[in-house]
Amino acid sequence: MKHVQQPSALELRGLTKRFDRPAVDALDLTIHVGEFYALLGPNGAGKTTTLRMVAGLLRPDAGSVSVLGIDALGDPVAAKQITAWVSDEPMIYDKLTPLEYLEFVAGLWGIDPAIAEPSARELLGSLGLEPHLHERCEGFSKGMRQKVALAGALVHDPRLIILDEPLTGLDAVSARHVKKLLQDRVRAGCTVIMTTHILEVAERMADRIGVIASGRLIAEGTLSELRQQNGRNDTSLEDMFIALVDVETEAA
Amino acid sequence: MTSSAALTWFARHEIRLAWREGMAMMTAGRRLRKRSTVIWLLVFAALMHLAAYAVIGRFADLDGLLDKPTLIVITACAFLGWALMLSQAIESVTRVFYARADLDLIMSSPVALANVFSVRIAAIALTVIMMALLLSTPFVNVLVLGGGPRWFAAYGVVIAIGLSTAAVAVAVTVALFRTIGPSRTRLVAQIVAAVIGAGFVIALQIAAILSYGTLSRFAVLTSDAAAMVAPDLDSLLWWPARAMLGDTEALVWLLAAGLVLLGITMAVYSPRFADYVIRVSATAAPAHRGHGTRPFRAGSRQQALRRKEFVLLWRDPWLVSQTLMQLLYLIPPALMLWRSFADNSAAILLITPVIVMAAGQLAGGLAWLTICGEDAADLVTTAPLPASRVTRAKIEVVLIAIGAIFAPLVLALLFASPPQAAVTALGVAVAAASATAIQLWFRVQARRSQFRRRQTSSRLATFAEAFSSIGWAATSALALAWPAVAVVTGLMTAGILAATWKISPERG
Repeated sequence: MKHVQQPSALELRGLTKRFDRPAVDALDLTIHVGEFYALLGPNGAGKTTTLRMVAGLLRPDAGSVSVLGIDALGDPVAAKQITAWVSDEPMIYDKLTPLEYLEFVAGLWGIDPAIAEPSARELLGSLGLEPHLHERCEGFSKGMRQKVALAGALVHDPRLIILDEPLTGLDAVSARHVKKLLQDRVRAGCTVIMTTHILEVAERMADRIGVIASGRLIAEGTLSELRQQNGRNDTSLEDMFIALVDVETEAA
Repeated sequence: MTSSAALTWFARHEIRLAWREGMAMMTAGRRLRKRSTVIWLLVFAALMHLAAYAVIGRFADLDGLLDKPTLIVITACAFLGWALMLSQAIESVTRVFYARADLDLIMSSPVALANVFSVRIAAIALTVIMMALLLSTPFVNVLVLGGGPRWFAAYGVVIAIGLSTAAVAVAVTVALFRTIGPSRTRLVAQIVAAVIGAGFVIALQIAAILSYGTLSRFAVLTSDAAAMVAPDLDSLLWWPARAMLGDTEALVWLLAAGLVLLGITMAVYSPRFADYVIRVSATAAPAHRGHGTRPFRAGSRQQALRRKEFVLLWRDPWLVSQTLMQLLYLIPPALMLWRSFADNSAAILLITPVIVMAAGQLAGGLAWLTICGEDAADLVTTAPLPASRVTRAKIEVVLIAIGAIFAPLVLALLFASPPQAAVTALGVAVAAASATAIQLWFRVQARRSQFRRRQTSSRLATFAEAFSSIGWAATSALALAWPAVAVVTGLMTAGILAATWKISPERG
């Protein structure tokens, strides 16, 4: 019987982007389907630039991006159809209500209204926004705006969810709602790639963790694999992260 | 730090902020080289002086003994200046109330807030005066060169007007605050500020049309009826005009009155400003509630984009005030049209360029809001549809909106003169398409709230947009009067557009 290999959820090969200096430097990265992947790194390491290139917001100088077997640079529309992007700065429309915003997103992704509307109501409800469904977003706090943006990203049922610091500005209860929502999606076969500075979140939620510095992947693996690489089984992710980044900084 | 030292320090801080904001408005936040800045300023000053000479050069010889019509015209011009400065001052005062990032710091600092807000009101007056001086300098210089140093007194009048407008702006904003509440004051103040200056000019124009069948604003001011109603020559009402003409006593009284008015405003309102600011911070924006039961609508992705744009345009307070301005300017030609049904006047031809000009300007604003002012740029960019289709949907929104606004006027014109209606419709379409194209060529992604600063983001685009609208307006008028000349102006305007395209970043 012929074995059919399932494509990776995300495959980056030689991905390069240069501004004044190299922001992402020939990065190779593979993320499997159904994986929760945390991308860590110090400020200016190239995490956001990498994710923005995957989401189609930046054009790489070199390299390739493959989303579930689709060449994202050659056929960006097909790749975008199955991808969602949430940034740390929620970009929503002040003059729309959360429900109107989700209606717009569903319309952009071409989702049947009969499917999109119940899904939108359920998502907003699960994020605690039920009482605010018909209020314009202009008076919302940053946390509420972040939840609207997240609901918007999920309403078209993406297979790859890219999140850049999604928990910024969320209170403990909201953060827990978001984490549960993401874990539910991963359990349903969706792939999540997320950057965060909250190492505890990466430690608890991520199947695998990648550490990026100066645009290059300097360590990758499960938490136990990273501990093994670091030579200490009892060390915390925070200690490992600081040690890895320090070594990289000294080498640079 | 002593109280007076703290006050001086804060005044310096305010002036520095005002200076940097002014520079940012002029340079669009870019660093300019000293040489190019000086060259720009010199060219701008020369052009302004030429324009000023063309407008008021012939009035430099006016002497102090004037008749009523002349006094009425000068006083009306001073009042227009006052109204425009008031609109600028109201906007500055609302910024003081609502710029919370800055206010949080000030309110939490161990300083006497009454003093701080006094300085801030004074800074508003200073900013308004500086802006007015900057714009009035070419006109005063032309008058001084043509009529002698007595015209220098006009600078004093500008300062007195600035002092009084700052005082009135504070009072108006506080009155709005008390009557309609902090959450609505900002929007209403913005709209009031936008229409206040235009309102006076348009009211004069409407009066002229209704009484004399002309679009000239001076027809009313120089009429016998106005002279009959106007007070005697020794009335206080003429003091600004007299002061402008070099009457030192009138000037001193005006300056003193302006200072006293501002002083009273500072004394009365500064101690209460802190309370108002706290009320603004404590009052959340009213929760606008949408339709609860309307189901999601089906349609293509472009339809979703167009629907979103229309909803945002409809709900945008800035756009409402700007559109209101444009529509206010359309009232005089609409009235003219209405009158022309009765007397068959040839002046109806003047309606076409006004409509075409308004369409071009309005389309430029709408195009900026839809094409550049995208609050969720990441979302739209990551959506699964090509960028060209997104752009097309946004352009369609601009053209549909312009069509909806101007179609009733063109239809009305159709009854008066079908050929003129056809030329007007064509002019509106071309002017709107040109303004939209310019915004597209110079697009810079921004938030919709930056609409006020759109003109500084690219001065070239602003000038090109203005020249294009003026060019198509002139071409439309000439097409009705001298079609052969219209070909020349049409080609010239097309040439401006081609040159703009050639140097635009879109092409580069």
